[in-house]
Amino acid sequence: MDSVGNILMYFIIALAIIVFSVLTVTSRKILRSATYLLFVLFATAGIYFQLGYEFLGAVQIAVYAGGIMVLFVFSILLTSRPGNNSEPLTTHKKWMGISAAVAGVALSGYSLLSYGAFLGREMSSNLNVDITRIGHALLSTDKWGYLLPFEAISILLLACIIGGVVIARKR
Amino acid sequence: MEITMLMYLIPSLIMFGCGVYGFITRKNMIAILISLELMLNSVDINFTVFNRYLFPGQMEGMMFTLFAIGIAAAETALAIAIVINVFRAVKKVDIRELTKMKF
Repeated sequence: MDSVGNILMYFIIALAIIVFSVLTVTSRKILRSATYLLFVLFATAGIYFQLGYEFLGAVQIAVYAGGIMVLFVFSILLTSRPGNNSEPLTTHKKWMGISAAVAGVALSGYSLLSYGAFLGREMSSNLNVDITRIGHALLSTDKWGYLLPFEAISILLLACIIGGVVIARKR
Repeated sequence: MEITMLMYLIPSLIMFGCGVYGFITRKNMIAILISLELMLNSVDINFTVFNRYLFPGQMEGMMFTLFAIGIAAAETALAIAIVINVFRAVKKVDIRELTKMKF
């Protein structure tokens, strides 16, 4: 049995995710759609906090809401005038998008509902993801260790820095 | 009332559908990237929710989400560098007018 505040918080987060993700793809001003994306990312961090993964929520806010959104806003301001509306969609393209999205959502929703014996399962309370355990898992080479992907990501980020500099450099 | 797994999966499913819609219909390259972020984010939610409800003693889903966030950051940074470079070359970010590399 969840507490009332928890359930209320859940409904606020779910409503925010649904409304703002629809607004993100339908808004015709690009800067507004970036702002709505920021709200969606915050709501996602709220889901992580609610599930008990505080570290993940902090990473989500720091990397997505802090880093990626700044990149988006800068590149929008560099490439387009923020007041401009994008052109209205052609009906052909709009229907193509709607049918693809609705077909995908219907297929996954149907398989979710028809397969889901485990979907009604309750959240068990024995979660232990304290920061010590995460740190040990990230830097160990044992069975549940993640040292290799950790280092691979560090190399990927280094390559990304160099690639970004090389691509965006003025010649 | 219990918050079940399905109640977290449905907003994530709707978020993914919105991402697909935006990816197909948008014409600005940065708007397409924004839709891509929506899709990646919904998949991250799914990993975490499955981890929390089905295997609460382990943390594989959480680690996967952690690495996915890192990779998404790298990918977005590179894609935005490419967009800005394209804009510098042809002064447009509209994908209908970037046909020079099509064959």
